[in-house]
Amino acid sequence: MATTLRRSAQAATHLRQRLHPRRIAAGLIVGLLLIIQLYPLIWLLLSSFKGPTEFNLRPIYALPEGFYWQNYLDAWTRGRLNIYYLNSILVTFPALLLIIATGLGAAFAIEIMRWRGRNLVLLTFLAGIMVPLQIVLLPLFSAYYQLQLLNNHLALILTYTAFGLPLTIFLFTGYLKPIPREVIEAAIVDGANIYQVFARIVLPMMANAIVTVGLVQFFFIWNDLILSMTFINDVSMRTIQTGLLNFVGQYGQREWGPTFAAIASSVIPILIIYLALNNLIIRGLTAGSVKG
Amino acid sequence: MERVLRDRTAAVIFLGPALVIYVCILLIPIGWSIGYTFFSGSPISGFTFAGFQNYATLVQDRRFWDAFWFSTRYAIFVTGGQIGLGLALALFYHFYLKRSSALIRTLVFFPVVLPTVAVAAIFQKLFAIAPQYGVVNAVFDLIGLHSLVQPWLGRGQTAFWVLVIMDVWRAMGFYAVILYAGLIEIPAETIEAARLDGASGWALAQLVILPLLMPITISALIFSLNGTLKVFDSVVALTGGGPGNATTPLTLYMYRAAFTNNAYGYGSTIAVMLTLYCLIVSLLAYRFARRDV
Repeated sequence: MATTLRRSAQAATHLRQRLHPRRIAAGLIVGLLLIIQLYPLIWLLLSSFKGPTEFNLRPIYALPEGFYWQNYLDAWTRGRLNIYYLNSILVTFPALLLIIATGLGAAFAIEIMRWRGRNLVLLTFLAGIMVPLQIVLLPLFSAYYQLQLLNNHLALILTYTAFGLPLTIFLFTGYLKPIPREVIEAAIVDGANIYQVFARIVLPMMANAIVTVGLVQFFFIWNDLILSMTFINDVSMRTIQTGLLNFVGQYGQREWGPTFAAIASSVIPILIIYLALNNLIIRGLTAGSVKG
Repeated sequence: MERVLRDRTAAVIFLGPALVIYVCILLIPIGWSIGYTFFSGSPISGFTFAGFQNYATLVQDRRFWDAFWFSTRYAIFVTGGQIGLGLALALFYHFYLKRSSALIRTLVFFPVVLPTVAVAAIFQKLFAIAPQYGVVNAVFDLIGLHSLVQPWLGRGQTAFWVLVIMDVWRAMGFYAVILYAGLIEIPAETIEAARLDGASGWALAQLVILPLLMPITISALIFSLNGTLKVFDSVVALTGGGPGNATTPLTLYMYRAAFTNNAYGYGSTIAVMLTLYCLIVSLLAYRFARRDV
């Protein structure tokens, strides 16, 4: 009896708390926020399934009548999304590997090893965070032209690496700093050389850092537009961003269905990655911006 | 021990590759670009020494100043929106949603990782007028506000605001998370003590929370300005700089000068100005922050 009474009293306060104006206001704000942030994406996905007549005859916010997969077929065949995707993968992953390998090596030499001038070298790398791409675009364009690297993925991979290094080295040195020097000293006393220190002690401790840096750089490289539109104009070498830009420019006005399908095709993989790794992604991207 | 950590060959092996790539692809081209500013012509037509001619032309170039003001206006509104709404969201997460805000934080953050080209394509369709109305025009039409049905991206003034809305929409969740991280750092006792002293609501925010949040807000501000002053992708993908040149920032004006008009010297001069502008603004913000905190 007593417990029942207490329970109903609890339920009553619970209800009162739930109907508190402050909570209702918070709920409304959350609702509004979700509509603002998610509606454009939901609308994109729904619209990608609409047939051509639906766009003409029904309002744009109406739900699709069914699944018109033809849009996706059009986007992938006429839009050549398969080629663009492949190119993006062929550029992004080698660049990531190069950034992580060279960046981790450099951070190790700067933070763990001892030599004169390493602070100056670190500062030189960090200064690169501020440099706008525009200032190197013309010299690189001429250089790649002379070296016949235009329309070559290598040009993109090297440029992404150079522009990825400042932030990468900044993050890696930050991760290396807290490693206790005693661990490294003990290994050296036991006879390890510097390469063994790197491979057996530092590298295993850097697993998290590598994932974080990799994710941050992945989004920078995958979403790049300016470099790929400058150094690549051969259609068969285009990455997904320039490919999508051209597709939207070419078919966007008249063929909304395939256009929505093409946009959705570039959004969905990112969405899946985000659903799986959002904690790591948020931590990595925010760590990369405001630690300095 | 010292001998192992001072191994010169090893230092070169570890540092060398990164340094070579960085120097060849980033540092040397910066010097090269500055060199270009004293020449006219292009690799195809050949270069002739021009002294300070490019700089003299730049000062008189109305389109350069249009682009300069566009970049400035865009940076003020977008950075203002990103930091302002980011701050509002962070306070909302911390004081209203409390511990249950993780899911909302994650959802609002999401657009940051989307490709700009895709986001811009979605916004083009949201604000479209032909061949059919986009969502915005369709809704205005539905609720009877026919005067608001208009070619949003076809007019300079409205295209500017669509661009601002898009880039604030995309990044506010990012700044909210950064500022939220700063908010959690503020000890609960500090806020509790201020509450006991009678501070509440706006006074609490203004007198206690915002001053404590100042350092991280300034970092976020500098980070945001650094991005907004260099805006390129959003403009290219949403408006292409148009209608006319109405939404052309410095970056795009430089790109056109360099690659459409093949004026390497002039393009580099704009790029150098842009770099200086970013540096000066960042330094000013930094100095201002130092004096303030």
